[in-house]
Amino acid sequence: MSDDRRIDTETGTETTGHSWDGIEELNTPLPRWWLWTFYATIVWGVIYTILFPAWPLLSGATAGLLGYSTRGEVQAEIDRVDLSNAKLTESLATVDLGVLEANEDLHRFAIQAGRSVFAANCSQCHGAGAAGVVASGYPNLLDDDWLWGGTLEDIAHTVRHGIRNEEDAEARFSMMPSFDWLEREEISATADYVRSLSGLDHDAEAAQAGARIFADNCAACHGGDGRGDRTLGAPNLADAIWLRGGLHEDIVRQMRAPRHGVMPPWGDRLGEAEVRAVAAYVHGLGGGERQVAEEVTDAQATEAATVPDASFPAGAEETPSQTGEPDVQPVE
Amino acid sequence: MPSDATPLFAAREPIFPRRVSGFFRRLKWAILILTLGIYYIVPWIRWDRGPALPDQAVLVDLANRRFHFFWIEIWPHEFYFVAGLLIMAGLGLFLFTSALGRVWCGYACPQTVWTDLFLTVERWIEGDRNARLRLHRAPMSLRKARLRLTKWAVWLLISVATGGAWVFYFADAPTLLRDLVHLQAAPVAYATIGILTATTFLFGGFLREQICIYMCPWPRIQGAMIDPGTLTVGYRDWRGEPRGKGGVKRRQAAAQAVGGGDAVARYGAAAGKDLAAPRLSRDGATLGDCVDCHACVAVCPMGIDIREGQQMECITCALCIDACDDVMAKLGRPRGLIDYLALDDEPPVVPGATAEVAGLAEHPAGEVAGAARPHWQPKPLWRHVFRPRTLVYTAAWAAIGVALVVALFIRPEIDMTVAPVRNPTFVTLSDGSTRNAYDIRLRNKHGDARPFALSLAQGTPLRLALEGADDARVTVPADSTRLQRVYVTAAPGAVAAGAAHTDLRIWVRDTISGERAHDDTIFNGTGEPK
Repeated sequence: MSDDRRIDTETGTETTGHSWDGIEELNTPLPRWWLWTFYATIVWGVIYTILFPAWPLLSGATAGLLGYSTRGEVQAEIDRVDLSNAKLTESLATVDLGVLEANEDLHRFAIQAGRSVFAANCSQCHGAGAAGVVASGYPNLLDDDWLWGGTLEDIAHTVRHGIRNEEDAEARFSMMPSFDWLEREEISATADYVRSLSGLDHDAEAAQAGARIFADNCAACHGGDGRGDRTLGAPNLADAIWLRGGLHEDIVRQMRAPRHGVMPPWGDRLGEAEVRAVAAYVHGLGGGERQVAEEVTDAQATEAATVPDASFPAGAEETPSQTGEPDVQPVE
Repeated sequence: MPSDATPLFAAREPIFPRRVSGFFRRLKWAILILTLGIYYIVPWIRWDRGPALPDQAVLVDLANRRFHFFWIEIWPHEFYFVAGLLIMAGLGLFLFTSALGRVWCGYACPQTVWTDLFLTVERWIEGDRNARLRLHRAPMSLRKARLRLTKWAVWLLISVATGGAWVFYFADAPTLLRDLVHLQAAPVAYATIGILTATTFLFGGFLREQICIYMCPWPRIQGAMIDPGTLTVGYRDWRGEPRGKGGVKRRQAAAQAVGGGDAVARYGAAAGKDLAAPRLSRDGATLGDCVDCHACVAVCPMGIDIREGQQMECITCALCIDACDDVMAKLGRPRGLIDYLALDDEPPVVPGATAEVAGLAEHPAGEVAGAARPHWQPKPLWRHVFRPRTLVYTAAWAAIGVALVVALFIRPEIDMTVAPVRNPTFVTLSDGSTRNAYDIRLRNKHGDARPFALSLAQGTPLRLALEGADDARVTVPADSTRLQRVYVTAAPGAVAAGAAHTDLRIWVRDTISGERAHDDTIFNGTGEPK
């Protein structure tokens, strides 16, 4: 082959010696600089695979001499941020929740941190917008109705210990018994009565009968007027908010075969600072209630202190028990 | 490689412009001092805006997203002011180019100004054109090395000062200077200075005219702005050609002037000058005014010969005008052989010259018009500046300018934008009322904190409340924005509660100045959208 090589007279370039029907191929090698750059990349590649994680093994990969990992880098960054926030985090974990809102910087920090905690841990059930899911019984956290209380301390307690969580003695716990031993008509009448409490359409005659059944069976927890009891976690049946739906059939179903939501305890998993942070975030979503001053302890004062809507007309804003007005206007 | 192939690469011929003096050189000195003075001094001007705001007159505050210009403060959402200024700069370029050619390139462009400065340094250290040429050709020696190093050192100083001045526009200048000296400034400041130092050093010292010829797009754009009525630097070939030395008995043959000589006489009469005295070469041929001394070529920073006609390289710095005027004065001829001229002002017939003389071949219309206009005269200068084209550009430029000024004076000091919260669109409260949430961004452009009062339109049954506040008031710190969650509630049974959506206008009022602003949004009710 090499015998056929010659210098092409037209171009001054050496041929490869290949010839097809007299058509020859010029040998134009890669430019030197290109070739050396290519060799340099090979050398660089070898060095790189020694220094950095590279070769896949059965489980994992070679670690590399420098011990670098992207996870480690992220962790270092998280540690750095944690360190810079350490002082705020510590005061958040120890501050008296009653005065948290007065400390503007700490409160802002808590809400911002809580936003992330909520998105990572709570939004799966309560929704990214915290509006809950009625069909699944995940409570709406935006409204002003709270099963277990809506002050910062109440919310923090719920987050810390969970709901119906048997491993935690302090967990919120309530259990509505099944009333499937009642006659079908009795249950239906009771549902009519419950709907009448909040001014919804109902059969007045049935409701009258249901009132008696309610007083005998339900009032112990939900109260004689159906306003519920937060110490027991018994929902308020006289307002416009229904955890599991307010249709007649929804109420009947809940009486016959009650469903109970469960919330895991987050205290151990998140730590006190993050529990308080997410409590502050949820508290600031529009339904949070003010902490009651020590001397005022009765439930009505608690109600009065809630400020879901400061500029709302007094009559509509305050609770019916104080103004003597009907519970709610009908919602159409 | 075949030995007879034309190489595709031509090495740059170094240019050694000669020193020149004259009107345009003085004008360029003035503009150089003015522009460089503005550039270096402006960041150091102080302007008191109160304790909450920086006291630098011109400051691009990227960290706080503010642009301060003396009494004017531009926020990011007011970027249209900057856009308007850029449009005005563009139209201004159109205007100046259509009236005066590449006057920007020749006088005000930073590339021209810094190259001029670098050339001055070069001339000061290494001598004028001939000395520099000799030095360039001489082999390396101790003296050459010393001169080169001195020159580069001075260039480097200027470059560092240039890059250094730039960063002062972006931070408080005295503080930044102290930090820079103590090596405590932000890395980005050092990087910026480094990059601008390198570009200034390379562009002004070595690349020079190559920036204009090969890299800059503006010459191409400006080429489209120039027409035969534009005043630009040109060579009066009809007067200069045929060029040549010699010139004995220059004034004696006036009477024998024949042919095109008449055109010269007519032009001279129109200009009030005695041009009707042609020179003769040694062999008796009639010569033009150009003595082919190459002064115009020697002073040209772009390394071109203006006598070849309009060229893309020419930045119209007008130094060749100064050089030629100097020569014409010595020869006792009128100035202006090379001059600011409009192509359609030049006589269409060339005396004693061949038809391919540059300028006319590109101007066939002039040829025809000239034949029909034997008593041709140049137009007065103002006719070139005030033309329909330039007037249209001026009008558009001024209209945008007036609009910007008006916008500047009527823009509000407080402002708001409302973003409805969509997840969820509404919340039912325990009393049956319907609540919507809005994220409102309040802007306070005042230099002090202002209490803002939020409200809805008069007479609406809806009610407004703020998260974390008992009244509808919120204090926005000086010169900043505040994001505020706002709730609007419709009572049970209200029309808005049952409708799919209702138009809503939210007002904000500065309780100190009484100024108001509003934004429109919608209120979502429980109804199904139609």
